[in-house]
Amino acid sequence: MKYAMLIPFLPLAAFLINILFGRFLLKDRAHIVAIAGVFASFVLSVAVFIQVAGGATMNSDLYSWISSGGFRVSVGFLIDPLTAVMLIVVTTVSLLVHIYSIGYMHGDPGYYRFFSYLSLFTFSMLMLVTGNNLLQLYFGWEAVGLCSYFLIGYWYQKQSAADAGKKAFIVNRFGDFGFGLGVILVFLVVGSIQYSDIFASVGSLQGKTFPLFGYEVDLITLIALLLFCGAVGKSAQLPLHVWLPDAMEGPTPVSALIHAATMVTAGVFLVARFNPLFSLSPTAMAVVAITGAATSLFAATIALVQNDIKRIIAYSTCSQLGYMFLACGVGAFGAGIFHLYTHAFFKALLFLGAGSVMHAMAGELDIQKMGGLKKHMPVTYWTFLLASLSIAGIPGLAGFFSKDEILWMAYNGGMIGKIVWVVATIVAGLTAFYSFRIIFLAFHGSFRGTHEQEHHLHESPSVMTVPLAILAVGAVGAGWIGIPQALGGGNWIAHFFEPVLGHPHVHGTHAEEYMVMGISILAAALGIGTASYFYVMSPDMPKRLTERYKQIHTVLWNKYFVDELYDAIIVRPTKWVASTILVGFTDAKIIEGIVNGVPSLIQSFGMKLRKLQTGYLQHYGIVLIFGLFVLISIAFIAGTKTH
Amino acid sequence: MPIPMEWYLGLGGVIFAVGMFGFLVRRNMFVMLLSIELMLNAVNITMVTFSHYLNDLRGQIFTIFIMTVAAAEAAIGLAIIVTLFRNKATIQADEIKEMNG
Amino acid sequence: MILQAFFWYFAITMPIFAFLVISRKNPVHCVLWMLVFSIHSAALFLFLNAEFLAAVELILYAGAVLVLFIFVIMMMSMKEELAGELVIGEWPIAAALSIGVVLMFFFGVSNFAKGPSGPYTIEAIKAETNTRALGKLLFTEYLFPFEVASLILLIAVVGAMVLAKRKD
Repeated sequence: MKYAMLIPFLPLAAFLINILFGRFLLKDRAHIVAIAGVFASFVLSVAVFIQVAGGATMNSDLYSWISSGGFRVSVGFLIDPLTAVMLIVVTTVSLLVHIYSIGYMHGDPGYYRFFSYLSLFTFSMLMLVTGNNLLQLYFGWEAVGLCSYFLIGYWYQKQSAADAGKKAFIVNRFGDFGFGLGVILVFLVVGSIQYSDIFASVGSLQGKTFPLFGYEVDLITLIALLLFCGAVGKSAQLPLHVWLPDAMEGPTPVSALIHAATMVTAGVFLVARFNPLFSLSPTAMAVVAITGAATSLFAATIALVQNDIKRIIAYSTCSQLGYMFLACGVGAFGAGIFHLYTHAFFKALLFLGAGSVMHAMAGELDIQKMGGLKKHMPVTYWTFLLASLSIAGIPGLAGFFSKDEILWMAYNGGMIGKIVWVVATIVAGLTAFYSFRIIFLAFHGSFRGTHEQEHHLHESPSVMTVPLAILAVGAVGAGWIGIPQALGGGNWIAHFFEPVLGHPHVHGTHAEEYMVMGISILAAALGIGTASYFYVMSPDMPKRLTERYKQIHTVLWNKYFVDELYDAIIVRPTKWVASTILVGFTDAKIIEGIVNGVPSLIQSFGMKLRKLQTGYLQHYGIVLIFGLFVLISIAFIAGTKTH
Repeated sequence: MPIPMEWYLGLGGVIFAVGMFGFLVRRNMFVMLLSIELMLNAVNITMVTFSHYLNDLRGQIFTIFIMTVAAAEAAIGLAIIVTLFRNKATIQADEIKEMNG
Repeated sequence: MILQAFFWYFAITMPIFAFLVISRKNPVHCVLWMLVFSIHSAALFLFLNAEFLAAVELILYAGAVLVLFIFVIMMMSMKEELAGELVIGEWPIAAALSIGVVLMFFFGVSNFAKGPSGPYTIEAIKAETNTRALGKLLFTEYLFPFEVASLILLIAVVGAMVLAKRKD
């Protein structure tokens, strides 16, 4: 199975070729190289998946990266069921997004640059999921963050895009700081950063404490929470969710690949990968579950009132990621990853569908200005509808099985589990509502945009609709590998994950499971029904509600004022410190003082020293003879001493 | 009673020091060149002295080479002085100080 | 006794001549004192059994180098050059340094340990004559340095012409 090591490096090769030769040689043929690289990775990933499904695993080092004392880091690969599923998710979505981008980015001046970044991102993400040690994970982690920054700010001429890129990067710093500390702490207490060593020694760490600010903190909880910090940043959970909606400034294929299907799920992957550690700390698990549930409710409520199609889907992503954390938090790591896997298909589909709509609407994002697109772009409509049904949790589709698995596991997860189950069910209803709000506002009714836009409406080229169709197949069928036993399925995926992620003890009966399922279906139906009532049957209803509950609407419309809050307590004080203390004092007085002072000191010294060079031949002669005199005297003295 | 070798060596040393002094203090470049010739002569005396007292002709061979180099050096040095005088209209060493800092 | 008397004559007069060479204001006088010094130097070589070198000293210095000096001095009109200061202002430093060097030489010479004696004793040279012995050595053992020395002289001849030639 050594060929698995090739998987990350093929996109890297594509990146190198494109970045070196793309500008002058490949130009608008850059996609050929990129797609070839990703396609090869995809094929290898499928092969790996088949082998892993047959029971094979691999954990081997490619080469030694850093070796310093007891600190050893190698570039190594760990292929197990978790990695295999992540490989499939990453390479499939990446491949489809690459193909879709041929149409979407056609004619863009930075075409080769876009494909270079996509390849680099794919490489980084694959390194992240295949690594067998924490540092390689960290490398991939930071590299995907970097690519995300590149791609959000891809249209760097646009101020808002450049700002969004910076915001994503800086907000992620907060989380990554904790993650970095976590890695260091792991090395400190375990003495190794190889997964196998860490998991082998977690048992012995149990009950140990670590002194922190004068308090003795439970070691495992501390490590888990520090690692979770990174996950919170990368996966846009409360309170570091603010970057994700802004990241929609990037090109839509990027939103689909990075900010929906793959990179943002890295946090979930991290928690799942470290499940042996998290499982040992009830505190950490509770934190994970509550953070997930809170984010999922919080983001879903914001999504209810937004009008920007990409932002709605972005908040939906936040909310669904909350779902995955919630699952991890109640111990159902397998269910979380299962949802990650199905979510990748329907969320990528939603984004690519939105991109297709934007393509037709000449960049228009406001769903209030759309309407009636159904007859102009049928493929987009039907695939978008399938994705919405899937995310809403309509039985038979992918989203239903994964969501139901999570709800069922939460229901069985004790006291906290019950609370998050209630929250998750409410969120399921909200999800159905806002998903169908898009459908009804954008695709049904009559067109509300300008006449010019209406004239321009058209279905996207097949290079864009084919990936939509393929993803739609995934959105429908991806969940069939996890049909629960209560519905007569084998829940194959849960057994597949069992060696790595374990299987939580379930004591509920089938009857209870049917009840949980029924409630979630009811919630979804209620959400869809309400959406249809609001936006199809009585279109003036939302307006009336808005006026009646003006305060609530204002809060939701402004996303709970989180951005304003951060601006007031973090951004402005930081800027004040930067401009007043750092620029005004440190930089102007201290740094520039040193930078200018040292050379001027040397210069003045040199000016004085320069006088030594009189230019008089005799002066040089005198100095020369004097030096000779001294040297010979030393030789004499040394000579007499040895005799 | 033969003359001790050290006396000759001392004589060479004194002449060398005089030549060196001349080189260091005189402003006139002709005299500086002559001072160099003095120093070389002092060395020649030393070499021949060694040759005589150590019964070895190598000292004299060295002297021949030193004289060769001295002649070459005098020719080149005088040519330089001529060129210098043509360009700067002076042969005073301390009036040529373009290299001062 | 007579040998020592002669030596003391040289030991007293040669430093004086040397000092006269460096202390005369007019360069022509310096060259003439240098001529006197060279003749004494040649005579001293005779005392040291170096007849060939004595002859070379006379021919080379008195006959060639010093005549060259005189020619060059005559070529230039140095009226105003003779008006200025004789020595630079820092001459006391140089004087102290020179005295220090002399003392160092004396110290070194007084601690001198003679090396092993070579094969060319006075009797051996007398049997062969000084010039013949020197010539044999020069054209056998020191042939290569001898050729290099001739090359140096060639370069000096060409270099002197190139440097002194008017560019026009």
